Amino acid sequence: MTQNVLMDILQVTVLVLVAAGATVVVRTRDRTRLVLVLSGYGLLLAILFFTFQAPDVALSELTVGAVALPLILLLAIAKVRKHQE
Amino acid sequence: MTSRQRGWLFAIAAAGLVACYLWAFAGLPGFGNYPGPYGQEILKNAIAQTNATGVVSAINFDYRGFDTVGEEFILFTAAAGMSVVLRKLRGEHEQDGSAYDRARSRELPPTSDAIRVPTLALVGPVVLIGWWLASHAQANPSGGFQGGVILATAFMLVYLSGEFLAFRRLSPVALLDCAEALGAGAFVAVGLAAVAQGLPYLDNFLPLGQVPGAVSSSGTIALISFFVGIEVAAAFTLIIGELLEQTLLVRAGGR
Repeated sequence: MTQNVLMDILQVTVLVLVAAGATVVVRTRDRTRLVLVLSGYGLLLAILFFTFQAPDVALSELTVGAVALPLILLLAIAKVRKHQE
Repeated sequence: MTSRQRGWLFAIAAAGLVACYLWAFAGLPGFGNYPGPYGQEILKNAIAQTNATGVVSAINFDYRGFDTVGEEFILFTAAAGMSVVLRKLRGEHEQDGSAYDRARSRELPPTSDAIRVPTLALVGPVVLIGWWLASHAQANPSGGFQGGVILATAFMLVYLSGEFLAFRRLSPVALLDCAEALGAGAFVAVGLAAVAQGLPYLDNFLPLGQVPGAVSSSGTIALISFFVGIEVAAAFTLIIGELLEQTLLVRAGGR
C-alpha cells in the first residue's frame, strides 16, 4: 500500500519535472545551450519511462535522446557556424 | 486581419481544441489499464514459446521481426545517404592534399588531462556495457539498438580524449562500411535461412536452449540482436565520423 503511494508520488513528480523540462527546452533560444538542455530533457524522459515500468524504452531514450541526438546536433551546429564565419 | 481579430480566432480555436481534448480524455481507459488482447496473450505465452525472458526483445526480433527489418534499414539508409552526400561534398572541397594531411598540420589546443584521463578510463566500461546490452537481449531489458549506440559512444570518447586521427585510426571508414553492411545483411540472411528450410520468413528455427533467459537461449532472437548491435554501432560511428570530418575540413579550409 505505502509502496503504491510512494510510486504514485514518484510518477507525479517525474511527470511535473518532464513538463517543466519541456517548457525550458522550448524557452531556450541559444542553439548550443538548447542542445545541452535537450540532452538533460532526454535523461528526464528516460527516468519517466523507467518509473512507468518501461526499462526497454528508457534505455532507447537514454541512448538516442540523451546522447546520440545531442551529439549529432552539436556537430551540425559546429559546421553551420563555421560556414557563417 | 487585425491583431484583435486574430486573438478572437485563436480563442475560438483554442476553446474547440480544449473541448475535444477533454472529450477524448474522458473516453480513455483508466490509468494503467490496457484493454487490448494482444499484450495479455504475449505475456502469457512469450517465455514458453521463445525461452527469452526479455519479452520486449522477443517481440522485436521474433513476433514482429519483419517490422524490425524495416526499422533497421531506416538507419542503414540514413547512414548510407549521409555518407554519400558528405563524401561528395568533401570531394568538392578537396583541392590539395587529403583531409588527414590538413588535419595533421592544424594546430589544436592540447586536450587537458582533466578530460583525457576520465574519458580514456571510461572507454573500457562503455565497450563492456554496450557489448553486454547487445548480446543479452534475450535475458533482460536491452537489445542491439541500445547496445550499438553505446558501443558507438566508446569511439566518441576516444575522439574526446585525444584527437580525430586516433578516432579515425580505430574506426577506418572501409571497416565501418563493411560492418554496417554485414550487420544489416546478416539480419536479412537469418530470415532467409528460415525460408530455405521451408519455414516462414524470420521464423525462429534455431534450438531455443534449456533455461529461459540464459545467454544461449532463445534461438534467433539473441543472434539477430547481436547483428543489429554491430549494424547500429557501425552506422552511428559512421554518421558521427562523417560529421566530424566535415567540421574538421571546413575549419581547415576556412583559414
